[in-house]
Amino acid sequence: MAEIIEKLITTDEIKTDEYLVNMGPQHPSTHGVLRLLVKLEGEIVHNVEPHIGYIHSGIEKMSEALSYPQIIHLTDRMDYLSAHMNNEAVCLCIEDALQVQVPERVKYIRTIIDELQRLASHQLWWCASGMDLGALTAFFYGLRDREDILDIFEETCGARLTLNYSVPGGVMFDIHPNFQAKVKAFIKKFRKILPEYDKLLTGNIIFQNRTKGVGILSKEDAIAYGVTGPTGRASGFSCDVRKHHPYSAYPYIKFDEKVGTDGDCFMRWKLRMDEMRESLNIIEQLIDNIPEGDYALKMKGVIKLPEGEFYQRVETARGEFGVYIVSDGKKNPYRVKYRSPGFSNLFAINHIAKKWKIADLVAIMATFDLVIPDIDR
Amino acid sequence: MKSTFNYIAEIFKAIWSLLTGMKVTAKYFFTPWNNVTQQYPENRDTLVMFDRFRGEVIMPHDEKNEHKCTGCGICEINCPNGSIEIISKSIVNEEGKKKRIIDQHIYHLAMCTFCNLCIKSCPSDAIVMGQNFEHAYWDRVSMTKVLNRPGSKIMEGVKE
Ligand code: SF4
Ligand code: SF4
Repeated sequence: MAEIIEKLITTDEIKTDEYLVNMGPQHPSTHGVLRLLVKLEGEIVHNVEPHIGYIHSGIEKMSEALSYPQIIHLTDRMDYLSAHMNNEAVCLCIEDALQVQVPERVKYIRTIIDELQRLASHQLWWCASGMDLGALTAFFYGLRDREDILDIFEETCGARLTLNYSVPGGVMFDIHPNFQAKVKAFIKKFRKILPEYDKLLTGNIIFQNRTKGVGILSKEDAIAYGVTGPTGRASGFSCDVRKHHPYSAYPYIKFDEKVGTDGDCFMRWKLRMDEMRESLNIIEQLIDNIPEGDYALKMKGVIKLPEGEFYQRVETARGEFGVYIVSDGKKNPYRVKYRSPGFSNLFAINHIAKKWKIADLVAIMATFDLVIPDIDR
Repeated sequence: MKSTFNYIAEIFKAIWSLLTGMKVTAKYFFTPWNNVTQQYPENRDTLVMFDRFRGEVIMPHDEKNEHKCTGCGICEINCPNGSIEIISKSIVNEEGKKKRIIDQHIYHLAMCTFCNLCIKSCPSDAIVMGQNFEHAYWDRVSMTKVLNRPGSKIMEGVKE
């Protein structure tokens, strides 16, 4: 008897049939309409095939019919958690093409809003992936604290999610008189809350067992797949655009680029937690030193870019976001292409999820921090 | 022996990690005044939105039922999704000159993305963002609004 069991375990004879399961497009842990065709043997994942396009909105094509100030508000709807970074990327690209220098004040304001947006995005990631891994409390706490940032946005930019705050040559409104005080109060409060986040989840034994050593993405693979942002940095790929190609006010400040080593789910988790702390440091360096001056340049009523090709990249909360504009000298672009971080990151999942259980696939997806409209555009 | 000891220590560490998390939730459980949600439909009367909040496009009228819109159509050109339609008409003013004025400033709330471009581009600041955010209607027709009120006319002294 023992021999038979031994034989069954060591050979492939107890192998069951492989079967295909759809995860999504309506699945709570895909965070949107993403469909993963998962090939399973029992609980073990053999292949993950992402099927995208369910929320494709044709933003790139639509932009060809719109003028430059108008295409900015569409980028809000791509990676909605990094709305301002996307806006800024387009604005920087336009400003670069027109060879205009924005006032220092604009650079500072944009950078502060960038970092607040990164905080808000990482908070939502924190609470949503906590929920994916079975911690519902995290979801409520994360949303509660994100509310403070959204209130700051609402007061200064007028919107909570789709900010549309950057315009070519500056920002739409000057900062609200309460802005600095509120941001400082938020930083003070959030510094107290971050250790709570760690207590609640990072140290939790169940959470650690589900993430440590799971879904390891090597540095070589990260580079090969073009995985950027915190996900790529957790694998040791130093790819922070803020550091390597600084824009706006990033050249003026000191900050560390957090780079991890292991590339597993826990590292990706920890890296984003560290990034939140770093964002607080960045905001603290800037918030008291916002220079006086105009909040926007006076631009022409109709903005026409010179003929040529222009590229600009920024670091969103998910990775490197690139804007490529081809202009033929008219008032609307000839072609716009967005390089979205989510698209490249998504396709690394197949590589690392193989041989893991389906529950680990959820953990991998949670720590990849996917935003589906960013993938589909 | 050592491994057994480690095993038991691990168990205690695990339980401790769970208790640490529970401590945080317990703290909020016993101090509910720290975080209270807004009781939304009940606090409707006292709810004040931030003044830059982008709820809907409105055209303020003064007490004489006058607005500042000249009917120039710049907001219509600047709107990215065609939410604004300007219908103008020509009239003959007292001096006998022909003049184009606004007939209807039509605003399709259902298509608006609240991007603020129309308000920024309006040369006479005739339209602003309203604070109303309760945009649930029973039919689509009521989401198409005419912003200039019936019988209203343009304010004196607005540059055309
Ligand atoms: S609202 Fe302003 S921009 Fe639009 S037609 Fe009237 S005056 Fe012109
Ligand atoms: S807010 Fe934007 S979308 Fe709405 S009417 Fe004005 S320009 Fe059009």
